[in-house]
Amino acid sequence: MNAPWLGIGILSVDQSLALALVIGLGFGWFLERGGLGNARKLAGQFYLTDMTVLKVMFSAIITTMLGLFWLSRLGFIDLTLVYLPPTFLLPQLLGGLVFGFGFVMGGLCPGTSCVAAASGRIDGMMLLVGMLFGIFVFNEIYPLISGFYGSTPLGQITLAEQFNLPHGLVVFAIVAMGLMAFLVAEHLESRHGS
Amino acid sequence: MNPYLAGVGIGLVLLASFVLVGRGLGASGAFSSVVASTIAGTAPEHVAGNPAYTGYLRDGSVHPLKDWLVFEIIGVTLGGLFSALLAGRLRLSIDRGTQISDRTRLFLAFGGGAIMGIGAKLARGCTSGQALTGGAMLSVGSWLFVVAAFAAGYLASPLFRRSWK
Repeated sequence: MNAPWLGIGILSVDQSLALALVIGLGFGWFLERGGLGNARKLAGQFYLTDMTVLKVMFSAIITTMLGLFWLSRLGFIDLTLVYLPPTFLLPQLLGGLVFGFGFVMGGLCPGTSCVAAASGRIDGMMLLVGMLFGIFVFNEIYPLISGFYGSTPLGQITLAEQFNLPHGLVVFAIVAMGLMAFLVAEHLESRHGS
Repeated sequence: MNPYLAGVGIGLVLLASFVLVGRGLGASGAFSSVVASTIAGTAPEHVAGNPAYTGYLRDGSVHPLKDWLVFEIIGVTLGGLFSALLAGRLRLSIDRGTQISDRTRLFLAFGGGAIMGIGAKLARGCTSGQALTGGAMLSVGSWLFVVAAFAAGYLASPLFRRSWK
């Protein structure tokens, strides 16, 4: 195994922080270039008039997923050293629902609001202030809801493990789903003429 | 830039992050560190005993802002700035529909941000940390988050149709 570098000791923590800056720079660059600093463009996803969010997100997920799959299959990266976010079913279901409501209301998500703010958009800056306030509110009520927050844990688990399917089959299914979503997206955009 | 190309670009950046550091992208987590560090700095006795804060302060030997996601989100902001600057898109503006005022738009942006902040905390991440990063890792909770977020977005979209027209 040759990766991840931090996990196998090639990289120090301080060096990883410098890399974080560079990695973030790339992320922000492509978000802005993809047009995702614009709230109207993002909101268009929810009215099926502009499918940029779906196209960018799904092609990013597919690229990374395929890369990880093949790098791990070729023995280059040790996936057990890559952080897998743990699953908590009910909090993540409710969190997703709440988040989606805020997303269509605000028109930007936390990452894209940084890009919006950086490119001079005052609505992006305002959304960031709102998000800091929301996090503060959550932290203040956390002692009352900590039971729910930690409920229905499934641990660090992948779709393949959960449904007892081969890793490669899940990867294939998501690629197929993505390609179909792209076809539908192109069709919807041509219908709306945007 | 073609959105598929931008997506592949983000995907390669995320892949590089996994290969180099063993972790992915994020956004809301960085702001959790900012909130925890700010409140702990102004009212240290208030945060004591509340894990929502102390979890981000760790053992106190390292400054809470000396954190991977904080550095990454500074990078995101600089990346957005450079890209906009080089493309001549850097200017003060407010993106909104034509039927609402700037004031209403800013109010909705604040409210949407606050609601997303709460949602991202509950879900342990946002579109970056859960949808992109956890999604590419095939995490069960991340995919649940994506499906729930977009379902809610579509269900709630009629409420905000006027503000985006």
